[in-house]
Amino acid sequence: MRRHLHLLAAVCLMGGAARGQDNAALLDRLRTMEDRIKALEAEVASLKGKPAPEAAAAAPAAAPQVASAPSTAAVNLGGAQGAAAKVFNPDMAAIGDFIGVGGKNKVQPSPALEMHESEVALQAILDPYARADFFISFGEHGVDLEEGYLTFPSLPGHLSLRAGKMRAAFGKVNTLHNHVLPWADRPLVMQNFTGGEDGINDAGLSLSRILPAPGGLFLEATGQVFRGDSDNVFHSWHPNNLSTVGHLRGYRDINESTNVDLGFSYARGASTQTAGLFNQLYDIDATVRWKPLRRSIYHSFTGRAELVWDRDQATLLTPVAAATSKVPFGYFVSGDYQFARRWFAGGRLDWSERALNAFQHDDGGSAVLTYWPSEFSQVRGQYRHTKYAEGLTANEILFQFLFSIGAHGAHPF
Amino acid sequence: MLIRRILIVAALVAGTCSAASKLNVVTSTEDLSAIGREIGGDHITIESIAKGYQDPHFVEPKPSFLLKLQKADLLAVVGLQLEIGWLPPLITQSGNSKIQVGAKGYFDVSNACEILEIPTATVTRADGDVHPLGNPHFWLDPENGRRIARAFKDKLSEMQPADAAFFDHNLKDFEQRLTDAEKRWDAQMAPYKGHKVVTYHRSLPNFAKRFGLDVVDYVEPKPGIPPTPSHTLEVINKMKQENIKLILVEPYFDMRTPNSIAQQAGGTAIVLLPSVGGEKQVQTYFQLFDYDINLLATAFGKYK
Repeated sequence: MRRHLHLLAAVCLMGGAARGQDNAALLDRLRTMEDRIKALEAEVASLKGKPAPEAAAAAPAAAPQVASAPSTAAVNLGGAQGAAAKVFNPDMAAIGDFIGVGGKNKVQPSPALEMHESEVALQAILDPYARADFFISFGEHGVDLEEGYLTFPSLPGHLSLRAGKMRAAFGKVNTLHNHVLPWADRPLVMQNFTGGEDGINDAGLSLSRILPAPGGLFLEATGQVFRGDSDNVFHSWHPNNLSTVGHLRGYRDINESTNVDLGFSYARGASTQTAGLFNQLYDIDATVRWKPLRRSIYHSFTGRAELVWDRDQATLLTPVAAATSKVPFGYFVSGDYQFARRWFAGGRLDWSERALNAFQHDDGGSAVLTYWPSEFSQVRGQYRHTKYAEGLTANEILFQFLFSIGAHGAHPF
Repeated sequence: MLIRRILIVAALVAGTCSAASKLNVVTSTEDLSAIGREIGGDHITIESIAKGYQDPHFVEPKPSFLLKLQKADLLAVVGLQLEIGWLPPLITQSGNSKIQVGAKGYFDVSNACEILEIPTATVTRADGDVHPLGNPHFWLDPENGRRIARAFKDKLSEMQPADAAFFDHNLKDFEQRLTDAEKRWDAQMAPYKGHKVVTYHRSLPNFAKRFGLDVVDYVEPKPGIPPTPSHTLEVINKMKQENIKLILVEPYFDMRTPNSIAQQAGGTAIVLLPSVGGEKQVQTYFQLFDYDINLLATAFGKYK
């Protein structure tokens, strides 16, 4: 077949020369023919699975077309193979999160060994207007739709709309799935105020827009409305007990290696304690990142902090809280340094009052070492010290194996 | 007086319209912006997201890039999953309907190029961080550079038909200069045709094929997998056995292992640029090949 094509190319070129074309045009045609031959060779390679006679029969049929119409597109031999039928399957991935815990914790005991979570992700472009993402979480005690939403990325006015069940845009850590956290657990402040691992996660609508801002500043505003049910944070006692979340994000590059990310969040929904009362949360998150571009795969640093205030009207039912109007508060501060291509070391400080009792607080700290055998797996060790309001202290060693198979889409920054 | 004012205002409006009518092109890498600039000239604005000296597989999808993408009329990408780890969320978050996948302003240049290393057997992650659609470092063959330029000409003409003749003129000029440069590059590389080299990552198959280099091994045991002691030893032995003197390393990889291998094998490790912008003085597609070929010729020349 290749010989036929070369012959035809030569004939075409000779014909062209006979018509007195100039050298540049001749060269151009030669390149066109060369491209066509390569395209046909690729077609032949892709038709490996087909019987040889069929391919052989196709070649002569294609030949006159090439000769008579040299400027038309390359001839396609045969249709797509059977595997092409699967191209519309969504990107599929499964992420395993195995955690082991050693040590004593009488306040929040954890299993010694646990397949903590298996997340299945299904992601695809739905149609020319939208994409869909599903994240299904399989735990040891059941299955949960962690997130499942439809995104219209480009509505008029540069608006982006998301509909479905999703992690609320409240702070930074609440939006992150377990496998992208730099720790094996979540900070105390998230456990005390924002529902722990599940976080503020509900069915609703989210509208966001990048706002005009001066001097390279990135500003994004997000408004969300949810049904109002989020474990340990909000409870919808009545269908109109919707919860709302607002988030304003500001981001700026300090230079090509360093950037700062600041966020302000507000959430309001019905209190989980008593019907008719409301819970309001305020959050400030700050992230500083450093990653030298020339050595980005070897060194980086990420500093994070998040401060949360939780004003639940139910706390006013206690006489002491009502008298002092003290709003429960908590925070964490963490830093993670990548000191080699596969190695990260970090630490985290936790301090948090209890959501319904600002006069009790828990505090603690963690030291973390993470090793990445590859992009698709992580091994992590974490020493965690926690001092609970009850006066009990826990010293634990956590180890975690994270592993991912399949095509998992990139996470937003 | 009034007429003069009207004329001034009209001139200003015309100027504004002219600036506003410029096609705003964003590319994923500096190589594409370098070629796109050759074709679009001053009739477009063009800028890249990734820098030429950073690993294009691992770019952080920073929100500041969204500010560029939000205003883009055209987004040119290398494709073949090179940008899969960072570009898709940026496109979705940009809120720009013009550049969404499948839209007129989404331009995957790999569709116009000769692609090597397309897997013909089953691919698994046991093979490392492989690109299942083929090797995406295809711009390192000038012939693919020519194809990218032609594709840019077609795309820009489609999106801004009034400037089609201008783009066509620029393409012809680019092709002529490329043809001339290829003669120069071919002459420089001719003495080294068939020479064996080791590269760090699989970034150079198109370059090696075009200029007749034989890449016999890699510092990485598998794509994306950092060097291991046993594989490093294998590479040293192979270099000694086959008298290989050069290790070609991309600017974003650590030089310690390549230098150590080269030292033990009696060779040299050099930083070959895979992209425009890899060094300050390399700002055009021509300068990229000039730089790399001069570097190679000098390095090979040492071992003549």
